[in-house]
Amino acid sequence: MSFDPSCPVPVPGELIGLAHGGGGRATWRLLHELVLPSLGVADGAVSHDAAELAVPAGGRLAFTIDASVVRPAFFPGGDIGRLAVFGAVNDLAAAGARPLALALSLVLEEGLPRDTLRRVLESIAAASRIAGVRVVTGDTKVVDRGKGDGIYTSVAGVGVIAAGLDVGPHRIRPGDAVIASGDVGRHGVAILSVREGLDFDAAVESDCAPVTGLLDALLAAEIDLHRLRDPTRGGLSATLHELALDARVAIAVREVDIPIDSRVAAACELLGLDPLAMACEGRLVAVLPPDHAARAVAALRARPDGAAAAVIGHVDDGPPGRVVATTQLGTRRVLDFAASEQLPRIC
Amino acid sequence: MCLAIPGEIVEVLAVAEGELAVGRVSFAGVTKQVCLAYVPEARAGDFVLVHAGFAIAQVADDHAREMLAYLAGAEQEES
Amino acid sequence: MKHVDEYRDRERAHALARAIDEVATRAWRIMEVCGGQTHAIARFGLEELLPARVSLLHGPGCPVCVTPVEILDHAVALARRPEVVLCSYGDMLRVPGSTIDLRTARAEGADVRVVYSALDALALARALPEREVVFLAVGFETTAPGHALAVHQARREGLRNFSLLVSHVLVPPALEAMLADDDRRVDGFLAAGHVCTIMGASEYEPIARRHRVPIVITGFEPVDILHGIQLCVAQLEAGRAEVENAYPRAVRPDGNSHARARIREVFEVRDRRWRGIGEIAASGLGLAAPYAAFDAERKFGLVATPTAEPDRGCRSGLVLVGKLRPPECPEFGTRCTPDHPLGATMVSSEGTCAAYYKYRRPA
Repeated sequence: MSFDPSCPVPVPGELIGLAHGGGGRATWRLLHELVLPSLGVADGAVSHDAAELAVPAGGRLAFTIDASVVRPAFFPGGDIGRLAVFGAVNDLAAAGARPLALALSLVLEEGLPRDTLRRVLESIAAASRIAGVRVVTGDTKVVDRGKGDGIYTSVAGVGVIAAGLDVGPHRIRPGDAVIASGDVGRHGVAILSVREGLDFDAAVESDCAPVTGLLDALLAAEIDLHRLRDPTRGGLSATLHELALDARVAIAVREVDIPIDSRVAAACELLGLDPLAMACEGRLVAVLPPDHAARAVAALRARPDGAAAAVIGHVDDGPPGRVVATTQLGTRRVLDFAASEQLPRIC
Repeated sequence: MCLAIPGEIVEVLAVAEGELAVGRVSFAGVTKQVCLAYVPEARAGDFVLVHAGFAIAQVADDHAREMLAYLAGAEQEES
Repeated sequence: MKHVDEYRDRERAHALARAIDEVATRAWRIMEVCGGQTHAIARFGLEELLPARVSLLHGPGCPVCVTPVEILDHAVALARRPEVVLCSYGDMLRVPGSTIDLRTARAEGADVRVVYSALDALALARALPEREVVFLAVGFETTAPGHALAVHQARREGLRNFSLLVSHVLVPPALEAMLADDDRRVDGFLAAGHVCTIMGASEYEPIARRHRVPIVITGFEPVDILHGIQLCVAQLEAGRAEVENAYPRAVRPDGNSHARARIREVFEVRDRRWRGIGEIAASGLGLAAPYAAFDAERKFGLVATPTAEPDRGCRSGLVLVGKLRPPECPEFGTRCTPDHPLGATMVSSEGTCAAYYKYRRPA
C-alpha cells in the first residue's frame, strides 16, 4: 500500500500517521484500539487528562521523570518502553520511594509501524506489572516523518518515600561504606553489541530491571541508608563522581572489589572502553555507615538481583569531588569523570 | 592504536573464492568475526592477537608458559 | 581473559618491581614508543611501583597525535562533500585540525562514521555504490597490513568508490631522529610489541648498534612492561646495547611475513610530517602506484600543503619526544584538559597528556 506522507488522512493498516496525533477521531481510535489494550488497561481506567491519586496520609512524595531515546529501540534484555518505566521507578527508589503511579508520554514519528508501537506498549505494561505500578495517564503526539526517529518515550513517576527515611547528600559521612548491588556496565555493552557496525556477540543482556526490591531488602534489614543512586548513563564512574561532588566529599574505591561480568570486561577490552563508564540500568549504589555494610550486603545477596552485591569502597578524606581507585596492582589513580558519554543514545 | 587483544579461534569460517579468510574469535565468551588472512596456519583452538578486525599473530602458548615460568623462578630466587 | 590476566597479576608485578629496584644502581631514562604502552603505564599506575631512579619517558607512539594538521583538514573537507562517507577510527574524531574536528563536522551535517576496522569501511563501500567511501587510514606498522588488505581486496572486487586518506608512520625512523638529537635524553627503549609482531626485530639491530642503546621489544600488560623495563635496565647496568625480545609469545624474530609482503605490495615508503615534530625522511607510507586509484588525495585533488599548527599554546611536540612530561606543561590540567584540549596529545585516548590526565596520581 502506498503512503503519501503529506496526506493527513489516516491510512488504514500498518503505519502511524499524522492524524493519529491530531486529537480527533483517529487519535481516539488509536488510544482505544491499540494503546489502552496494549497497556492492558480497561477503558476508563486511564484518564485522558489527569489522574487522581490516593496519597497515604502524611506520606512524603517523590516525583521524577525519565525520557528514553535509546537506539536501537529493541536490544538484548530490554527495549525503549521497559527502559523508560524502570528508569523512572529506579529514580524513585534512589529517593527511597516505592512507585505509586506512572504517566506515559509518547512521541511517535509518522510512519512508525503500529506493530512496533504495540510491542513497546506491551513491554511497558509488563515492566509496570513487574515494578508493581500502573500507567494512569498519558499523552500521544505524532511528528512528521524525519523529525522523530521512530519513537521516544517519557515516563514520569510519583512515589511514596519510606516512612522515617532520610537520604541525601547531607547524610554522607567520612568512613561511610559504598556498596554496589551488582555487576556494572552491562547495559552499555548490551546496546553496543547491537549497534550497527560493531558486530560482536557478547551474549550480554542489559541489566534493565527495577531496583525497588533491593531498596525493600535494605529497609527490611533496618540499614541506616545515607544516600542512594541508580547509575545509568556514565556508569558507576559518573555516579561515584556525582555522589562525591553533591556531598562535597572524596570517595575511594578498590577495582578488585567492583563486580564486573567477565564478558562485559572482555567486550570493553576489545573496544578500548572503560567498564566503569559503561551504562547500567538495574543497579543501586548505596552509601551507609561502615558498621551496617556487612548486613546490607547480606540482605542484597539474599535476592537473585543482588547476588553480586559488594562493598566497593568508602567515603574518604580528600579534596571534595575526587574519586580515587586502587588498581588491581595496588597502585592508586584518580578515577576520571569522563567528559561525555563514550557512546551516544544508549539510554 | 596498537590495541590488540588475544582471543581464541572458535571457528574458521568457510569463504568463497576471492573472499577474505575469516573466523569467529572468542574473547572470554565475547565472539567477533575476525579476518584471519594474516595467520593462515591458525586453526580452531589457537589463540590469536586481534587488532582492528585482523588477527596479526598467533599467540605461542609455549613461549607464554616459558616466560611465566621464568618469572616465577626469578620470584623464587629472591625469596 | 587468557593471555591477559596472567600479566596483570599483582604478585608478579611487585616481584618485577623489586627486581628492577635491585638491578638499578643509578638513574636511567627509558622511553616507550607506543601509545598503548603509555596508556597501560598510566592505567595501572606502574610508575608508582618503580624506584625513583628509573624514570619513564613517552615517545611519539600515538599515530593519532602525530597525524599532520593538513590531513585532518583534508578529512574535514572530504567529509563535507555530499557524496562522501568519511570513515575513521573513533579516536580521530576529536583531534582538532586548523579549525574544527571531525566530530564537529559531523554535528554540522557531514557524514562521518566511526568504524572498528578498515573492513567495515570496505563493507560500506559495497553497500553504498552511489557514495564515495573514504577511510582515514592512520596508524603504525601494526595497522598497515589491515589497511593494505582492505585496498587490495577493493581492487580485486573492482570497487571504484573506495579510497584511503593515508597517514601512516614508521617507528624506526622516529627512533633514529630522536637519537640523532644532541639533546637526547633516552638511555634505552621499549619497542612497541605489536609493531614488532608485524615487522620483527631486525630493523632495530642497526639502531641499537649505531647509537649504543638497548632496545627491548615489550608487550602491553603491566607484567610485560615491567619485564621489559627490567631487561632494559639490566642491559644498561651491564653496558650492553642489544635488541632483546621480551614479548616472545607474540613476536617472532622475523615478524609476520604475510603482512609485510602485503604492505610492500600496496604501500611505498615516503617522507612524512609528524605533527609537533616536523618532517622525518622516509618515515611514512603512501599508496604505491598500482593502487593510485584508491588514494583519496589523488582522487579528490587534495594538495598536501604543510599547514602550520594554530598557536594555541600547545607543547605536544616536546611531549612527543620525551622532553616534557605532561605535568610539567604550564597548560596541563588548567587551560588544557580532555574537555578542552589544546592539542592532539590531550585528545587521543593514547596521547601521553590524556593518559597522564585520565589516570593521574592522587596528590
